[in-house]
Amino acid sequence: MNKHVMPKLNRRAFVIGTAAAGAGLAIGLDIPFGGPTVVRAADGSPEVNVWVVIRPDNTTVIRVARSEMGQGTLTGLAQLVAEELECDWSKVVTEYPTPGQSVARKRAWGDFSTGGSRGIRSSQDYVRKGGATARVMLVQAAANQWKVPASECTASNSVITHKPSGRTTTYGKVVEAAAKLEPPADVKLKDPKDWKIAGKGVKRLDTVDKTTGAMIYGMDVKLPGMLNAAIKDAPVFGSKLKSYDEAKITGMKGVKKVVKVGDSAVAVVADTWWRAKTALDALPIVWDEGENAKVSSESIAKWLAEGLDNAQPAYIGNQNGDAKAAIASAVKKVEAVYNYPYQNHATMEPMNATALYTPDKCEVWCGTQNGEAAFAATLEASGLPAEKCEVHKLILGGGFGRRGMTDYVRQAVLIAKEMPGTPVKLLWSREEDMAQGKFHPVTQCKMTGAFDADNNLTALHVRLSGQSILYTVRPAALVNGMDTAAFQGLSPSGDAAIGYSVPNLLVEHSMRNPHVPPGFWRGVNVNQNAIYMECFMDELAHSVGQDPVEFRRKLMSKHPKHLAVLNAVADKIGWGKPAPQGVHRGIAQVMGYGSYVAGAAEISVTDDGKIKVHRIVASTDPGYIVNPAQVERQIAGSFVYGLSALFYGGCTVKDGKIEQTNFDTYDSMRIAAMPKVECVMVPSGGFWGGVGEPTIGVAAPAVLNAYFAATGKRIRSVPLKDQNITFA
Amino acid sequence: MANLTINGKTINVDVEDDTPLLWAIRENVGLTGTKYGCGIALCGACTVHVDGVAMRSCGMTVSEAAGKQITTIEGLASEGALHKVQQAWIANDVPQCGFCQSGMIMAVAALLKENPKPTDQDINEAITNICRCGTFQQVREAIHAAANA
Repeated sequence: MNKHVMPKLNRRAFVIGTAAAGAGLAIGLDIPFGGPTVVRAADGSPEVNVWVVIRPDNTTVIRVARSEMGQGTLTGLAQLVAEELECDWSKVVTEYPTPGQSVARKRAWGDFSTGGSRGIRSSQDYVRKGGATARVMLVQAAANQWKVPASECTASNSVITHKPSGRTTTYGKVVEAAAKLEPPADVKLKDPKDWKIAGKGVKRLDTVDKTTGAMIYGMDVKLPGMLNAAIKDAPVFGSKLKSYDEAKITGMKGVKKVVKVGDSAVAVVADTWWRAKTALDALPIVWDEGENAKVSSESIAKWLAEGLDNAQPAYIGNQNGDAKAAIASAVKKVEAVYNYPYQNHATMEPMNATALYTPDKCEVWCGTQNGEAAFAATLEASGLPAEKCEVHKLILGGGFGRRGMTDYVRQAVLIAKEMPGTPVKLLWSREEDMAQGKFHPVTQCKMTGAFDADNNLTALHVRLSGQSILYTVRPAALVNGMDTAAFQGLSPSGDAAIGYSVPNLLVEHSMRNPHVPPGFWRGVNVNQNAIYMECFMDELAHSVGQDPVEFRRKLMSKHPKHLAVLNAVADKIGWGKPAPQGVHRGIAQVMGYGSYVAGAAEISVTDDGKIKVHRIVASTDPGYIVNPAQVERQIAGSFVYGLSALFYGGCTVKDGKIEQTNFDTYDSMRIAAMPKVECVMVPSGGFWGGVGEPTIGVAAPAVLNAYFAATGKRIRSVPLKDQNITFA
Repeated sequence: MANLTINGKTINVDVEDDTPLLWAIRENVGLTGTKYGCGIALCGACTVHVDGVAMRSCGMTVSEAAGKQITTIEGLASEGALHKVQQAWIANDVPQCGFCQSGMIMAVAALLKENPKPTDQDINEAITNICRCGTFQQVREAIHAAANA
């Protein structure tokens, strides 16, 4: 069973000194990569290097800096380290290094950020090297003991063998000596075709505790003397807290303190959370709502619709030829306007963080997708320097991008700062979580296609209008004002490249940023862009009487990897062959997060217009697959997340606030609606793509295209509940 | 104040009578395997057994629960052996983030007690817990595996 204990490092091993804040955190003395100074874990076992600790009983502790939120990265990264380390997989446990330790050791564990489907692909190289380096050192230590050349020794399953003499020893026996060796300057990584642990669908390392109730999430943290806080932040985004009548709840049972949090929120601290929430609900609060209270979904939609006008300024994300001229002179023109709403992440575990503040130390316990960002928020909110702060990461009850933000960490620290020496756990109610989301951005899109007399597509104009995430969340990432991420799936090249060649192409974005705070929501801009492109491809094909797959294939000859996954799903679902009676098919493909994905749906529509999704076939080419069982689960889960958003999602704005308050107004798919998902994995090697997000993009367009096949009706607006369409 | 019998032990909890059972279990008894997800008895993360029946503990007060036999995820194993549903969950590697799984497992354990060999349709009607990660395909497989164990 795996316990995520926090390693306590030998304090001699690093020097604490400089204050730091923000992203560029770096303090302390350089600790060589496994160098002569032995660093020890909490139980005294030596580190071979920052990734690998070996206990005398041969247990291998693998450090994982990225966060586990269900996507399986904890297990996948451990597999990659173990593969190169040649350790006994049955004796592997994992632990999270803390951001504070990482800062003190010159970011020894690199980036903690776990989003953008990067968990494995952007750290696979250095964690594999960590495993390989440790193996070389362990083998060298054994060779030194035997006074033989290391080249005569091999390692497997945590056992080192001297081939000529047949002598053996174990990692646990030589680790003390290995930890004192200089690490090799360079190591050779295995060819993935030789993998024995990686590439296999081994069981997750965190399952048992998740079936017994023993897994401790942020919400479950208990500290001696801990109090609990409930909070309300201004429901109109960007507005302020004006006043509250504390006297009305004074004397309510268990209430300890009412705290103003920043200039927009108020929290009640009580002995239990239920009493804190009960008192907060009874607290009269007056908000200073301001101009944003005039904003509604209708006013946002009107503003975005204006951005569809070609006369309005727009950023160009992809262009070849002259699409506008080609459309103007076309024999045949097809046009359609689509839209996609705000969405809430709705992680099953609402946002929470526990903080303990004293003037000498501020500690935070929380689930976070970015330990270093949570650490930076702790520094900023506490006002303490890095060496006096620490963040203890816990397993996340869902992330989906929401826990990459640190608003809840900042709030917890600000509350704890008002009660020095007392740990305070801040937990958002579901209602607060729905009101204070970082929402999937709202967009509209005008699609225009042009044909010549022979029904060849000569031009395509994609005119996006709507919100940029980067504008608010990461303004430094804008390129001359342009949000390049807004073009995910439609870009000329890179991680999210378009899969079609059209003689005249124009993809542009009229950026319009309403006051609703946007965030990265699993799949991010692939979600709406794949609906726009793939539903419109279906429209274009039908407008000229062509098969939607054949129509795409003609445009995809220069995009063989996109085409390969499309062909894989078309083949598996039986495209071109008769479907069962009453069943209709739709298909879609997209590239996102460095991976190529496609999906096809088989659906039927009941007489009263409800949709039954019978079967999904999904294909992915992420380059390499570290754990096929987990990839399958990510793909199946992507259809749950994507179809929940399509059918039930959509957050609307009234009087400047989000209207949805809980799962009664923001519903989520249940097991009854779950189709059978069949995966076709076609890893082609040579690149590392992500897995957690790209497939969500094809879920909605595959079903919408099947809906057209079934009914002849086009749906260009999400969610379907607004058109009285539900799951059968 | 209420006397709650949880996992075979009777515990006196100092809470208001209208406190949801969920919060008494989590905060006063200290069993955190039972999760808060919505507070309006919709998501099922807080599912426990009350006199053997799956109940959403956020929608039941401590005064309603007093005197009844309450079982939480921590009390599902018996005589040192995990419940067959938990075993099937492990064998099928069901959880992703895992946050909804305590409630899911409790709901399934109650279903199998009532209906030892549920059909897919029976599962669709009885299991209405929300899972945002989307583990349903593995959940269904594990339910059938547990039923056949």
